[in-house]
Amino acid sequence: MLAYALKRLGVALLVALTVSIIAFSMVYLPGDPAMALAPESATEADIEHIRKVYGFDRSMVVQYLDWLFHAVQGDFGQSHYLNEPVANVIFDRLPTTMLLGACAITFALLLSIPLGVIAAIRPNSLIDRIALTIAVVGQAMPSFWFALTMMLWFGITWRLLPITGTDSWKHFVMPAIALGYYVTPGVMRLTRAGMLEVLASDYIRTARAKGLRPVRVLFKHALRNAILPVVSLAAVQFGFMLGGSVVIETIFAINGLGFLAWESITRADLPMMQAIVLVLSVFYIVLTLLADLLNAFLDPRIRVT
Amino acid sequence: MASISTARAGIPTAEQILEPSPGALLRKRIFGNTGLIIGAAVLLAIVFVAVFADVISPGDPYDQVLSRKLIPPIWHESAKATWEHPLGTDALGRDYLTRLFHGARISLFIGFAAMFISGIIGTALGVLSGYFGGRVDMVVNFILTTRLSLPVVLVALAVVSLVGSSLTVIIWVLGLLIWDRFAVVMRSATQQIRNLEYVAAAQALGCSTPRIVLTEIMPNILNHLIVVATLEMAHAILLEAALSFLGLGVQPPEPSWGLMVSEAKGMMFFDSWLIGIPGAAIFALVLAINLLGDGIRDVTAPENRN
Repeated sequence: MLAYALKRLGVALLVALTVSIIAFSMVYLPGDPAMALAPESATEADIEHIRKVYGFDRSMVVQYLDWLFHAVQGDFGQSHYLNEPVANVIFDRLPTTMLLGACAITFALLLSIPLGVIAAIRPNSLIDRIALTIAVVGQAMPSFWFALTMMLWFGITWRLLPITGTDSWKHFVMPAIALGYYVTPGVMRLTRAGMLEVLASDYIRTARAKGLRPVRVLFKHALRNAILPVVSLAAVQFGFMLGGSVVIETIFAINGLGFLAWESITRADLPMMQAIVLVLSVFYIVLTLLADLLNAFLDPRIRVT
Repeated sequence: MASISTARAGIPTAEQILEPSPGALLRKRIFGNTGLIIGAAVLLAIVFVAVFADVISPGDPYDQVLSRKLIPPIWHESAKATWEHPLGTDALGRDYLTRLFHGARISLFIGFAAMFISGIIGTALGVLSGYFGGRVDMVVNFILTTRLSLPVVLVALAVVSLVGSSLTVIIWVLGLLIWDRFAVVMRSATQQIRNLEYVAAAQALGCSTPRIVLTEIMPNILNHLIVVATLEMAHAILLEAALSFLGLGVQPPEPSWGLMVSEAKGMMFFDSWLIGIPGAAIFALVLAINLLGDGIRDVTAPENRN
């Protein structure tokens, strides 16, 4: 187990390092970042000054190492637009996005796991068909359109929910649904497939033959084994979702990391962009690492390969 | 053979004894799959609209006439609704149906081109890692993990805003970002095939590796490739719509469906059809492509349906 964990950790670190190179060099794609920062009326001398102040005149490698050295200590530099340390702003906004993500994944799991289980117990039944329809429709719905449509119906037509802001739990209902529904098809399909496989296995037949109550067989014997891949998928999807929150937060005016990302992109706040991409990527890497380790701990077969 | 079976009455003909041909079975599966038929029909209709947008559109997609702005669609109970503009007009007085038709072009073109680029990258990586295994597999896996840990929407938004938005930029950014599913599926499909006898036979005959990959492996993983291609095209269309909605994708005055929703956002509480129509169009197109992909998967590999 320890050997597997160390190997997996090493790969994760290497991936994080590669991601940091991508996140850093991304902002150099258009060429000279000093030109991008300078106002339109800037002279050549002004641009040269900006280059000096921000350190763009050094070589790329030196700039990267300098940035990385500070980044691992939690210092992502100064925001060009807000004139505040990037790290402070990010950790200010991060809890809101985490809360939104937690609500969204809870909604997704509460909807998809029961539907997946029922669909597996009665394959090709009416409920199975409904679950499949939800999955197919969910995958095709553009999230921003879904969010706006919900806003229109629940917020304006029926006046059930507030449409923007983060003041109460009610404000999180629509954003969480809009963010979470995209995860449901995958989780539901995986739950259904896992349950179908487990329910056809010998030990379930044994459990039934022993005369255990069907509910007990279903939850204690079947679901516990089928849920394992679902847990790792949920972890991975949670990471994806934080990246996708940029659309939802912009629509519902939620002052989280996604909204910050969109703001910094439109304001060409380069250090902020680099930091957000790196933070979200590292978060995803940590989540998948934990999911892998959990799986290896619970299923010894994984450790060997 | 046939002359023997027709020689005496009362004895079943060869056709009745023989099982239906593979072709007949395939046709039966295709036409028995409702999702596949509906998906293909809707997609064909949208492709038709996109190809002939110039001919069938009632107006010009860029033609602004402020005196006829915000005409509601014909099902609306308003005196202003007119058959001249069946889906109404937008805030700048442009005919909505015309813009919708021309928007189909943008969605289909970006979706297809981005899928094509990502398909080449993902298939190359996946087949290489599945065929060679070992070190190659490790390297590809590493690239794949790195790609998966990057937040797609965010990186796409950032790069498009830094480089400047154009059709080419959007296509390349999406194409370079969404190849992951191609690589995953092609890798496992190749792994399943590479140890089969006919691959070993080709190796024993001394065929070169490129030849084995192209003539022995590729034809047998083609159905998986087509299925992933449809899913990724749908994915690319959704991403383009999201980028355009956030103002960093297709730029005005082009009639992208995502951009149309974005432009109508401010008026959605008064004229909700302005976001309803283009949104429904994206939904219909993506749904059709997904149904087609699921259908192809069910028809070509019915054993993996669950």
